[in-house]
Amino acid sequence: MATLHTVNKSPFERSSFISALNHTVPGDKVLMIEDGVISARKGNTFADLVSSALSDCSVYVLAPDLAARGIAEGDLVEGVQTIDYGGFVDLVAECDRTQSWL
Amino acid sequence: MAMDEAGGAPGAAKKFLYVNRKAPYGTIYALESLEVVLIGAAFEQDVQLAFLDDGVYQIVKNQSTDAIGAKNFSPTYKALGDYEVTKLYVEAEALEERGLTADDLMEITFEDEDDDWAEKPSINIVSRADMAKIMSEQDVILSF
Amino acid sequence: MAYDFNGATIEADEEGYLVDLSVWNPDLAVLIAEDEKIVMNDEHWEVVNFLREYYDEYQIAPAIRVLVKAMKKKFGGDKGSNKYLYELFPYGPAKQACKIAGLPKPTGCV
Repeated sequence: MATLHTVNKSPFERSSFISALNHTVPGDKVLMIEDGVISARKGNTFADLVSSALSDCSVYVLAPDLAARGIAEGDLVEGVQTIDYGGFVDLVAECDRTQSWL
Repeated sequence: MAMDEAGGAPGAAKKFLYVNRKAPYGTIYALESLEVVLIGAAFEQDVQLAFLDDGVYQIVKNQSTDAIGAKNFSPTYKALGDYEVTKLYVEAEALEERGLTADDLMEITFEDEDDDWAEKPSINIVSRADMAKIMSEQDVILSF
Repeated sequence: MAYDFNGATIEADEEGYLVDLSVWNPDLAVLIAEDEKIVMNDEHWEVVNFLREYYDEYQIAPAIRVLVKAMKKKFGGDKGSNKYLYELFPYGPAKQACKIAGLPKPTGCV
């Protein structure tokens, strides 16, 4: 009965990333897209939040958005998974509902 | 109603949650959400509204938009009861972070058909953890 | 479109709803009603006035089922029915009565 939470804004610009993490329940999936991928780079201010979210949720980033911003997969917070557009569709289909943290 | 039932039998009411996270007037999200709620109410589903983050500002009282040239649509939330939308969840932490309390919110009520039309409050203040739980129990979430 | 009201031009949208709600007055309502082939009587006015009060309070024109329910509560079962309202406003009570009341088209009404 998982919820897919999508975040498309940088955590430095908007609070939607933190809000999303605050409203997950164990087993939920969080997907960073567009500027949302910025929170998944290791060493950033929000990296620890991503790590703690990984304790009971899965965290994904959309690879094309990562590449567009020059972030290598090796530069991600450990445990964050990359997916492509097909993987995005699979996640939406797998989850029972989607909440977009606009 | 259990989730599996809701997803199963055709025609059974599904649980719809409208998530409102933006203050009114600065962007169009709040008004758009309200319009979709009113239109969607005709489909007789189990509709609930969530107010969190800046969305709590949508239902604060004493809104006056005369000087900004925008229509004050806050009175419309009081009509939701007529549309059988009677469950408005407001996150306690979102209020507190913004220096607001439940007393800063409009009085929004509905008349309970099953209780001799007694007037009851539509607003329920819930904790962040409960809000997360409410979200996890929906069939459909509409995000604004 | 526009209404020719005592020599003045009152602006309306392509369906006949007033562009500026504040220009409404009862005489203009009679004129809009004529355009809808309706001769206003007390029953028509009851609905039109009710809609204006509802709009004043909530800033929306109610959907038809909400109007029916609210009419029933205020005026009793005979007047709180689709049949009664459609007899008064054959082309749709919400649409026609709102137009005559000088209100926008009800939300969700196509």
